[in-house]
Amino acid sequence: MIQVFNLVFGYGEGEFLLRIPALEVEQGSTTALIGPSGSGKTTLLNLVAGISAPHAGRIVCAGREVTDLSDRERRDFRIANIGLVFQEFELLGYLSVLDNILLPYRINRSLTLDAEVRRRAADLADRVGLAGKLQRFPDQLSHGERQRVAVCRATLAKPLLLLADEPTGNLDPQNSARVVQMLFDIARQEGATLLTVTHDHSMLDRFERVIDFEKFGGGQ
Amino acid sequence: MSRVLYLAWRYLAFHRLKTTILLAAITLILYLPVGLRVLVEQSAAQLTARAVATPLIVGAKGSPLELVLGALYFGAAPSESWSHAEVGIVRDSGFAEAIPVYTRFRSRGHPIVGTTLDYFAFRGLSLAAGRQMAILGECVVGSRVARLLQVAPGDAVVSSPESVFDLAGIYPLKMHVTGVLDYSDSADDDAIFVDLKTSWIIEGLGHGHQDLLAPEAASGVLGREGNKVIANASVVQFNEITAKNIDSFHFHGDLGSYPVTSVLVLPHDQKSSALLQGRYAADPRAVQIVEPVEVMDELLDTILTVQNFVLAGALILGLATLATTALVFWLSLRLRRREIVTLFKIGGSRFAVGSVMASEIVTVLICGTLMAGALTLLTSHFGSLVIRLLVRY
Repeated sequence: MIQVFNLVFGYGEGEFLLRIPALEVEQGSTTALIGPSGSGKTTLLNLVAGISAPHAGRIVCAGREVTDLSDRERRDFRIANIGLVFQEFELLGYLSVLDNILLPYRINRSLTLDAEVRRRAADLADRVGLAGKLQRFPDQLSHGERQRVAVCRATLAKPLLLLADEPTGNLDPQNSARVVQMLFDIARQEGATLLTVTHDHSMLDRFERVIDFEKFGGGQ
Repeated sequence: MSRVLYLAWRYLAFHRLKTTILLAAITLILYLPVGLRVLVEQSAAQLTARAVATPLIVGAKGSPLELVLGALYFGAAPSESWSHAEVGIVRDSGFAEAIPVYTRFRSRGHPIVGTTLDYFAFRGLSLAAGRQMAILGECVVGSRVARLLQVAPGDAVVSSPESVFDLAGIYPLKMHVTGVLDYSDSADDDAIFVDLKTSWIIEGLGHGHQDLLAPEAASGVLGREGNKVIANASVVQFNEITAKNIDSFHFHGDLGSYPVTSVLVLPHDQKSSALLQGRYAADPRAVQIVEPVEVMDELLDTILTVQNFVLAGALILGLATLATTALVFWLSLRLRRREIVTLFKIGGSRFAVGSVMASEIVTVLICGTLMAGALTLLTSHFGSLVIRLLVRY
């Protein structure tokens, strides 16, 4: 469950101010965040993930008060509980598909990279149709395939919360539908909460809940 | 740590070209000054060692360096020769022993050194195979010559004509190899040694030909004046000395006036050396006596001056390359800003991400250092060979 209380975030004097008096997202639910560009959707994801810290207010996520944690604790919390999917995939071009999926385990000492994790990575790749492409590099994949790799990377550590920032923004309709379905399937199977920023209104009816950020006063 | 190294290694392996260029740049920065220093130190040791072992050299007046290089390394012979009689003059002085050296000719690039058996004793050269030269037309070869020309006792080598376009010039002489010298890591390994008289035969100062009194030579005889027989060009001249024709070989005139390029002088003691040098200093003839060590020291001073210039250049080049390398790393980090942010977002600590980037740089630096070390090692092993080849040519 995610709970937000009296959240205030801004980038400087009068520049972009996000105010969310109260927000609650149920554990295991699927939620779409919509709204015009600059309304604070991505900012909320960063705040929930502990990447940014708010000026005021509280965020409680998976029973932990994220806003009370130190930088290091927020990072540990993120590693243990959150999976991130980005619009631009953000794969490392010099790593193979398998190594990109395993990247969180290679960069975080708190995660143990063992045979079980490797097997799970291969299983995930198999489930999203990348079984035969584990040794390929990102520039040898289509956009849709890259985003599927990114989804595998985000879900490998079985996060409680899956945060996706416009995951279909760079994909054609066919690949968009496939990636969204993947996110739904994995979130359901793992019991994870899915929080997705999207501009694609055609898929909103698939989410259990839609939050429009226009009402939070983002922009100015 | 292995995870960090793995990521660093994957990055370097993926960007092979960039890594190779950086590696080459760092290797050169480190190797140039060190390698040059090793090379100069080796050349100094190499040049000095042979010079130290040769107390004095007598030869025609001219460039002392040319005289020393010709006598010690059998490079290009001095432009002026001196007379063989000087050997006797030195010996008769009672101050020193003398060994003649005549190095005007070559065989397939290797110098033919006309000398006496004293030379081998003086240089401490021993035979690895065969026997010493004993008669005209025989030779012993250095170990490198034997290897490169694939010759052994029983084979033959032929002197190279000075000019293939000069039909009246010196004809090649076929010489029989009687022995191969042990490896000595010196210019002697590259030389073909013959008796002094054999080298004079190569020059045409001594020769062997058809017996002009024999009936089959009658058609070539133009006339007779007492003991003198005048013949035309149809008389057969021998270009190989064999048991059958060796008796026909003879020299005209005074052997003392025959040429040598230098005379190695071995004074009995320090005082003899000083007296001999004093005598030559006052000699009005066009002759000089030099101390090879002094000449080589002058050469080394020149080399060291050049080395300092080269080192200064290498230092500037090194700094420029270092600055460029640092710029490449810095730009690379800037271009990888998104990657760094991603690593942070998926949970990488500043230390972990910094370690990945630092590992890449350190790996390149270590590999560059190892390669520079390997090159320096190669230089220290093969530097003397390169120097000898350079001195030779």
